Amino acid sequence: MTVIADAPVAGAPTGREEAWRFTPLARLRGLHESVEGAVGAQVAVVTSPVAAFAYVATDSLPAASGPIEWPAALARAASTQSGVLTIPAGTDSAVPTAVTITGGGVDSTVLTHLVIRAERGSRGVVVIKNTGSITLSANIEIEVGDGADLTVISIQDWAGDSVHLGRQHAVLGRDARFRSLVATLGGDVVRIVPTVEYSAPGGDAELLGVFFAEAGQHIEHRLLVDHSQPHCRSSVAYKGALQGDGAHSVWIGDVVIRAEAVGTQTYEINRNLLLTEGARADSVPNLEIETGNVESAGHASTTGRFDDEQLFYLQARGIDPDTARRLVVRGFFADLVARIADDEVAAHIIRSIEEKLGDAPFDEGTG
Amino acid sequence: MSTLDIHDLHVQVESDAGVREILRGVNLTIESGQTHAIMGPNGSGKSTLAYTIAGHPKYTVTEGSITLDGVDVVSMTVDERARAGLFLAMQYPVEVPGVSVSNFLRTSVTAIRGEAPKLRDWLKELKAAMAALSVDPKFAERNVNEGFSGGERKRHEILQLDLLRPRFAVLDETDSGLDVDALKVVAEGVNRVREATDIGVLLITHTTRLLREIPAEFVHVFVDGRIVADGGPELADEIEASGYERFLGAPATS
Repeated sequence: MTVIADAPVAGAPTGREEAWRFTPLARLRGLHESVEGAVGAQVAVVTSPVAAFAYVATDSLPAASGPIEWPAALARAASTQSGVLTIPAGTDSAVPTAVTITGGGVDSTVLTHLVIRAERGSRGVVVIKNTGSITLSANIEIEVGDGADLTVISIQDWAGDSVHLGRQHAVLGRDARFRSLVATLGGDVVRIVPTVEYSAPGGDAELLGVFFAEAGQHIEHRLLVDHSQPHCRSSVAYKGALQGDGAHSVWIGDVVIRAEAVGTQTYEINRNLLLTEGARADSVPNLEIETGNVESAGHASTTGRFDDEQLFYLQARGIDPDTARRLVVRGFFADLVARIADDEVAAHIIRSIEEKLGDAPFDEGTG
Repeated sequence: MSTLDIHDLHVQVESDAGVREILRGVNLTIESGQTHAIMGPNGSGKSTLAYTIAGHPKYTVTEGSITLDGVDVVSMTVDERARAGLFLAMQYPVEVPGVSVSNFLRTSVTAIRGEAPKLRDWLKELKAAMAALSVDPKFAERNVNEGFSGGERKRHEILQLDLLRPRFAVLDETDSGLDVDALKVVAEGVNRVREATDIGVLLITHTTRLLREIPAEFVHVFVDGRIVADGGPELADEIEASGYERFLGAPATS
């Protein structure tokens, strides 16, 4: 088994690479190969009382830390200006800072490079809302300073024709706490790569994900947590539901515990629920341990099916078909949604999923 | 007082092997308060009758009728039948991922009773019903039938029977896979509902094991998609002693 964290940027993917073998490259509108003619994103930031936002020359920023794939590297390099959102040291606020990316059509390719910095000891929440039609390559670099506590929520509410390649790389300082939620609820092809590295001991990362893939959609999340420092923690939990012909989700969960990362605690889980025939969920957890001295390490992956027999069973107990599906889907996501600290975001996710259940291609009950 | 009437019921099933007629003219009338047993060898179509009453989409009624107090059941959806008061305790109840037993039961009770029970009353009711069936309280937080043993699945079915209080219940091979102790607990659960309500019960079994715990005053022998003999408990005794040999190839009773 190779150490995934060390995989180099190797040029434009061809689809033969392990990391790209699930992705429908032909539907990316060339986004994985070239960014010619691309424009910078209109990143609208609703400034909260706590965060400062500015554009700076990308050249003036340090080189990218951690693994970076070709499209993200391209987006970074081609973005002459980077948005830098700073939560200053000493800030303590749960009021979210909203970052909105609104697509204006799929014809022009949009690039963003965004840096989110939570300075030493700060506490803050950033909510990134993605809506509209877009062809987007987005590189987001997150720095969680020593003792800082940062939550980054990224909601992909794209229109059905959008393509989104995204990288979200977080570096955690000493005793830093990072909470990530990636909710992918729309788009044609969405491929997001959330990665975490630790620059000092004591870091704690929680990576949550919710996704819902409908007919023809490809939704892919590839996570990597690289434990290279002692006494750090990570917890990864992604849940997805799929419905309709050709709905496809991919979840890859790579966790590396390096020799020096003694006392690591890590757990990752992915659960998928197939609501109809014709949907497919690929789920691959990888745990690579190079030290005998870990506190705890585990992973789990399951894919279950809501089928006609389950529908029959619930109906046979008086429950109508719509309620039955809602019951199953709500129940499935319940424990994960309960872990989302932002009530408004949690409510939005539930609402969005229930709307999707409404346009389901289900049969009319059983008569 | 209610009547579940099955008249000249013909049912076919479609499979890869083609269309096959499984029920070939079943006649059966069950009144409130009565307990009937249908006994028959494996493959005789007993379970098809059970699932047809519940409305499983796999089975198509081609002739005859099922009525509940004169109202056509065949045209009802599965959930309408349940709300009309029909209940099927299944032999192989399926797992439902993501749905806890407590959430499932409350949703079901709400659908059947037409209104949500008050939370406080409901918790009390559920606790008592579970205790009566010697079910571990932790059971309520588990996902429906997920990882349940055979015995737990059957107890869960009878727990639903107790909470939903249907007008008619069909128990499909409820004794299968149960050890002696579990069978007693499950049978006691059924008997409690029989005593407390005027439920009509249809027991479907191929052995007399269940009938020793849940006495049926009407026994019907089911062979090749039809009822070929009707009688009382003595018919069950005869089957226990001599098997089904005598009934094979017999004509329908009506």
